[in-house]
Amino acid sequence: MSDPSRRQVVFKIAMLFNGAVGVLLAIPIVRYLFSPVSRGKKNGYDNWVSLGSVDEFPSGQTRLATYRNPIANASDGETAELPCWVRNIDGSRFQVFAINCAHLGCPVRWFPQSELFMCPCHGGVYYADGSRASGPPERGLFEYAFKVVDGKLQIRAGEMPTPGFSAANKNKTLIQIERQPPCA
Amino acid sequence: MRLIRTVGNWLDARLQLGSPIRQTMQHPIPRQTASWAYVFGSAAMTVFAFQVVTGILLALIYVPSAGEAWNSLQILNRQVTLGWFIRALHGWGSNFMLAIVLIHMVQVFLFGAYKFPRELTWILGIFLLLMTLGMAFTGQVLRFDQDAYWGLGIGASISSRVPVVGPLLVKLLLGGPIIAGATLSRFFAFHVFVIPGLLIASVGLHLLLVLKLGINEWPMPGRLVRRSDYMEKYHELTHTEGMPFVPNGIVKDAIFSGAILLAIAACALYFGPFGPSGQPDPRIIQTVPKPDFFFLWLYALLSLLPPAMETPVLLIGPAIALVILLALPFFSGEGEKSWRRRPIAVLTILLSAVTLGTFTSLADHAPWSPVMDASTAAAIPAKFVVGRTPIEVQGALVFQSKQCHNCHSLGDIGGKRGPALDAVAVRLTGDQLVRQVLQGGGNMPAYGKNLSPAQTAALVAFLETLHPSAQTPAREAARSDASLTAGIQP
Repeated sequence: MSDPSRRQVVFKIAMLFNGAVGVLLAIPIVRYLFSPVSRGKKNGYDNWVSLGSVDEFPSGQTRLATYRNPIANASDGETAELPCWVRNIDGSRFQVFAINCAHLGCPVRWFPQSELFMCPCHGGVYYADGSRASGPPERGLFEYAFKVVDGKLQIRAGEMPTPGFSAANKNKTLIQIERQPPCA
Repeated sequence: MRLIRTVGNWLDARLQLGSPIRQTMQHPIPRQTASWAYVFGSAAMTVFAFQVVTGILLALIYVPSAGEAWNSLQILNRQVTLGWFIRALHGWGSNFMLAIVLIHMVQVFLFGAYKFPRELTWILGIFLLLMTLGMAFTGQVLRFDQDAYWGLGIGASISSRVPVVGPLLVKLLLGGPIIAGATLSRFFAFHVFVIPGLLIASVGLHLLLVLKLGINEWPMPGRLVRRSDYMEKYHELTHTEGMPFVPNGIVKDAIFSGAILLAIAACALYFGPFGPSGQPDPRIIQTVPKPDFFFLWLYALLSLLPPAMETPVLLIGPAIALVILLALPFFSGEGEKSWRRRPIAVLTILLSAVTLGTFTSLADHAPWSPVMDASTAAAIPAKFVVGRTPIEVQGALVFQSKQCHNCHSLGDIGGKRGPALDAVAVRLTGDQLVRQVLQGGGNMPAYGKNLSPAQTAALVAFLETLHPSAQTPAREAARSDASLTAGIQP
C-alpha cells in the first residue's frame, strides 16, 4: 500500500484529473468572456436604423440626427441614443458621418458658416464632405451606408467606428471609406 | 484588563500569531533608515487602505449602470448626508495615492534600492504602479459623465490601432459594439474586484519582500553593492548597529501617514468632490472632454505627435518604457547606490519630471484645440477695428463669422491652434494672405470653396491692417508700387 512509486502515480493522476476539470471549465468561461466578439461575428452588430423623414434634412445643409443603437439594453440609458451628422448634398444625394472624430473618437461639431467640422479634443478639422482638412486625424470622417425607404432616411449602424476597425474592414459596407484620399 | 489578557492568551494559544507578529515588529533596521525619506511606501499603503474603505462607502449608494450611475452620483453629492465628502475623500485619495506612489518610486530609484537583492521588490513595484494607474483610469470611468464617456471613446480608438487584434480589443474593452451599459459594468468589475484584488496580493508580496530582504540601507557614496558580500554587510548594519523597527522606525511613518490622511481630508473639505460633469448622453455634443490631471500629459502627447508617429509611439512607447523599467535591476544590479555619484539617474528623473510637467501644463490650456465658441463668444479687441475702412471692418466680420477666431487669436483672445494674427501683415503680403486663405496648408483648412471673392477681398483687406504701427507691412519685392515702397524710405 505504501509503495512510494504508486503514491507518485496516484498523485499525478489526481493532479491530471484536476487539470482536466480546469480545462473543461475554462472553455465556457473563455467563451463567455469573448462573447462581445463572437456575438458580433455570428450575427453582426450593424442593422438599418431610421434617422427620420428625409424632409428633416434640407437640401444643401448638414444637420445633427440621432438614432437608437440597433442593439441596446435597458441598462444602457442615454448611451444607446447616438448622434450622427447628415449632409444633404443636393436633395437626392446624402452623406451620413459618424459623430466620432477619426483621430480618437471625440464628438466633432459642424460649423455651417465656415463649412467645417471641428473636433474639440486635439483639433482635427474636416471639410463639408468629411475629408480631412487639418490636425491629427489620418483620414476623413467615418461614413455610414444609407438608403431612403418610404421617405425615411436609414443608415446601417450599430458599432462605434474606430480608426483600427475601418482600416481592417476596407471591403465591408458597414462604414464606407471616404471617397477622396486624405490630403497630406 | 485581566479578561482581555485571558482572551488574548486563549486566542494566541490557538492562532499562534503573537510571537511572529512581535518578531516582525521588532525586526532590526539600519540606524539611518528611520528617516523622513523612508515614509512614502507606508504612506502609499495607508492611502490604499483608505481608498478601500471610502470605495466601499461609495458602493453603498453608487449604481453601476449606464442609465443610473450619473444620477446616483448626483444623489451622493446632494441628497445623502456627507455623500459629497466621501466622494471628495475618494477622489482626492486617488490623486494623493498616485502622487505618493510616484514619489516612492523616485526615492527608491535615487537610493538605488532596486539593486541586488531587491530586484523582485522593484519589479512588483512597477506592477503596483501600473495597477494604480489602472485604478485611476477605471475610477475616472465610474464617475460616468461626459469626460468618462468620451474618454472611453479615446481608449477604444487607441486600442483599435493595435495591429490585427485591434477591433477585437475594442469589443472586449467596451463589452459590446458601443460604449454602453456593458462597458460601465465591466469597468466597475475591474475597479472594484479585479484590480484591487491584484493590488492587495501584490502589496502583500511587496511588503513580504521588504521584510525578508530588509529595508534598503541609507546609501553612502563609495559603498558599492556586490553580490558576493552584500548580505554579510547588510547583516552587520542591522544586527550589530541596527535598531528595532518598532518603535524607532515606525514613528515617522505613522506621523507622515496621519498627516497625509489629514491633507486628503482638508483638500476634500476645501475643494469638494470631482464632478461629475455633464450627463453621459452622447447626443450632447457641446462638450470639451478632458482627462483627469494624471493623464493630461498623455492628452498633450496625443495632440502634439505628428499623425504618422502616433500609432507607433502609442503602441510601442509604453512597451519600451515597461521593458526598461523591468530590466533596470538586471543591468544595474550592482555598484554605486548613492544618487551623489549617479548623475545619469538624477538627470533621468529631472528630465522625466520636466517632460511630464511641460506636457501637463500645456494640456492645461490645450493650445492645439480650437476654441469652439470663439466665433460667437470672443470679441475682436476694439483697437483692431477702430478707424478702419468699411471694407476692412467687413473683413473683420468675415474673420469672426467664418470661425477664423476659433483657431487664431487677436490681442490674445481666441484660439491658439494657428498663429496669432496680431502682426500677420508683417509676415505675409496681400497676395500671400490670399493664397493662404484660399488654399490653406501648414495645417490650416482651405477656404477656397467657402468664401466669395468679395469676402476674400474684405478678409485680406482686414488682415493687411494687422501690423504694429511702428512696423511696415510685408511687401512684394518685385513690385515697384510707390505706395508700397513709401513706407520703407529712410
